[in-house]
Amino acid sequence: MVEFLSFREGETGQEPAVTVESFTGQSNSTAVRIEAGEDARELLPHLDRLSLVEVNFPAFGDGRGYSAARILREAGYQGELRAVGDVLVDQIVAMRRCGFDSFRPDKALDDAAVERALHRYDDVYQKTIDGRRPIWAKRHPETVNG
Amino acid sequence: MYRYDSYDQSIVDARVEEFRDQTQRRLAGQLTEDQFKPLRLMNGLYLQLHAYMLRVAIPYGTLSGRQMRKLGEIAAKYDRGYGHFTTRQNLQYNWIKLADAPDILAELATVEMHAIQTSGNCIRNISSDQYAGVSADEVADPRPWAELLRQWSTFHPEFTYLPRKFKIAVIASEDDRSAMRLHDIGLKLVSRDGRTGAEVYAGGGMGRTPMVAPLIRDFVPEDEIVSYLEACLRVYNRYGRRDNKYKARIKILVHELGVEEYKRQVEEEFAHMRTLGLNPPTEELDRIRAYFAGPAYETGLEDSIDRSDPAFALWVDRQVAAHKQPGYAIVNISLKPRGGIPGDASAEQIALVAELAEQYSLDELRVTHAQNLVLPHVKMADLHAIWQKLDEAGLAEANLDLITDIIACPGLDYCSLANARSIPLAQKLSERFAAADRQKELGELKVKISGCINACGHHHAGHIGVLGVDRKGVENFQLSLGGSGAEDASVGQITGPGFSEDGVVDAIEKVTNLYLEQREEGERFLDTYRRLGMKPFKEAIYG
Repeated sequence: MVEFLSFREGETGQEPAVTVESFTGQSNSTAVRIEAGEDARELLPHLDRLSLVEVNFPAFGDGRGYSAARILREAGYQGELRAVGDVLVDQIVAMRRCGFDSFRPDKALDDAAVERALHRYDDVYQKTIDGRRPIWAKRHPETVNG
Repeated sequence: MYRYDSYDQSIVDARVEEFRDQTQRRLAGQLTEDQFKPLRLMNGLYLQLHAYMLRVAIPYGTLSGRQMRKLGEIAAKYDRGYGHFTTRQNLQYNWIKLADAPDILAELATVEMHAIQTSGNCIRNISSDQYAGVSADEVADPRPWAELLRQWSTFHPEFTYLPRKFKIAVIASEDDRSAMRLHDIGLKLVSRDGRTGAEVYAGGGMGRTPMVAPLIRDFVPEDEIVSYLEACLRVYNRYGRRDNKYKARIKILVHELGVEEYKRQVEEEFAHMRTLGLNPPTEELDRIRAYFAGPAYETGLEDSIDRSDPAFALWVDRQVAAHKQPGYAIVNISLKPRGGIPGDASAEQIALVAELAEQYSLDELRVTHAQNLVLPHVKMADLHAIWQKLDEAGLAEANLDLITDIIACPGLDYCSLANARSIPLAQKLSERFAAADRQKELGELKVKISGCINACGHHHAGHIGVLGVDRKGVENFQLSLGGSGAEDASVGQITGPGFSEDGVVDAIEKVTNLYLEQREEGERFLDTYRRLGMKPFKEAIYG
C-alpha cells in the first residue's frame, strides 16, 4: 500500500505546513497548507520563498483544490504541491494534470491500482500546465508548433 | 456527422476497461457500495427503485442509423425491450444488471458512443437544437461547437468535482428549441463583423429554484470560447456553494453575487486564462466543422406534397417542418402516442427509426429535449412512404407541441428521488385530450410534468406545468401556468393548492376551457395567460 506518493526528483518537503493566515502574516515558514475555500492567490506574492504547498481535500467530492493547484502552477510556482486528505486513486491523474506532484492520502492507496490509473489513458483533450500536449495539438502539429 | 478518430476512440475504449475493472472490484466485494457509488455515477449508472439505470450520452442529440440500431439492440438484449429518451437528449435504460453494464458500454463504444459524464457533479452532455444544420435561420451549425466542447469537457481535470452538475446548451437560431436559457450556461451563436462568436448566458436552471439565465457576455469569439468557459467554471468551482446541495448550482452563485459581480470575476479570470494558450487552434474547429458540412442534397426535387390522404395531410401539417434545402423536409416523430409513456420507444421502434434514417434521411436522426425524434433530411417525395411505416409502428401521432405532446420525467415508477408518479398522470392527460380536433383547437400548448422538485420534467418551463409532491404520504400535484423554455423563456407560477391525480386533469381542462373562451385572434394559450394574468385562471379552477 502507498501512504505517500511523489513524482518529484529528489527530496520532498518534511517541514510541517502552517496555515495560510500564519504564513502570510509573519511566518518564515517555507511550507503552507491551503484549506478548501481559502484563496490560493493570497500566496502569489510569496511563491519564491515556498517549497511546499499542501492542499487539503476534506472530502473527495470537494473539487476546490483542483483550482487552487492550477492557479499556483499558472503563476509559476515550482515547488512541491501536495494533495492531502480524502484523495482517491481515481483522482490521481486529474490532480497530476492540475499540477500536484505529491500525494498523502488519508487512506493508503493500492500500488497496483495507482499503476493502472496512471497508465489508463494515453491522451488528454485539454491543455493545462502539466506540459502534456493535448489531442488538438497532436492533430494540428504544424499550426500549434508554429 | 462527427466521426471519432483514433484519439477519440481510444479514450472511450479505455473508459470501458476502467469501468469494467471498477465493476469487477465491486462484484468481487473489494469495493463497498459507498466506494463504488461515485465511480459508477461518473459513468451514468444510477441505482434506482427496482434496478440499475444506465444513461447513455447522445451528444447534441445527433445519431446515425448505426448508432440508433445499436441502442435498439441493447434495449432488446439487456433491458426489457425499450429505452427512454430524456429531456437532455439522452437515452436511459431502466432495467440494467450491474454485471452487464461493462458489456453494454463496450457495445456502445463500437458505434462511437459512451455514458461518460451523464451523471455526477461534472459538465454533462452538451445539448443543442434538433434542427441544427437544417433550419434556414441559423447563424451556423451549432454542433461543431458542441463537439468541441464535448471533447474539452471530457475528463476535464479541474472541473470534475464541481459543487453540482453543470449543463451547457448551444444554439444558433432566434427560435430556441433547446431551453438554452434554462441551462447552467447557454451559448447562442451570433455573427459580428463577419466573425462567428457566442452570446453567453449563465445561471439558468430549474430544480427547486428556477431561474432564467441572464446574458453575461454579448460576444466571445469562436477561438476563445474554451478559455472563456474555463473562466466561468473556475469562478463557479471556487465559489459555488458546497454547504447545501440544493443551493449548489451556478444559478445560486450568480444570484447571490449578483450578475454584475459574477461577470466581473469571470472577466478577471478570463483576462488571465486567455494568456495560457488553452484554446484549440481554429483549424481544430474547422476539422470538426468539416464533418457537419451539409450532406449532398439533390437539387431540382419535387417540392409539393400529395395531400389527398387526409390522415397523412393531418400528420404533415403537424409533424413536418421547413428545411433549408428546397425539396427536403424535417420530420418530427412523436414518442407521445395516445395513452403512452412520453419518450419511451420499443426496441422494434428504435430499429425502425434507424432504418428510416438510413433509407430516407441521409443516415441521420436527432433526439429532441421534448422527448421526440427527428429525421432531419427527408425528401418531400418520400414523406408518404415514411408516414405509412411510422403508422404501422405506432409512431405516427400528429401532436407536435400540442397538449398531448407531454414532457414527463420517469417519476416514482422508476426514480428513487421522486415523490409522485409522472407517467400515469401523463397517460391520463393524453387520454382526456386525445380527440384530434380538440388538440388542434387548443393549438400550441406545452405540458410538462415532474415527479419531484428536481424538475427533470421541466415543469417550470411548461405553459402548463405539473409538479408531483408528497403530502403526508399521498401524491399531490401542484399546477403552474405561464412557463416557457423557448426564446421567450419564463418560469411558471403556481395556481394555488394542489390536486389529486384526477383533480389536476380536471383543473387543466378548466384552464384550457377558459383559454378557449378568452383568447384573442392568433393567441396561444401562453399568450392569453400572459395577457390576462393568473386571476381568471385561478377563479376558473378554484372558483
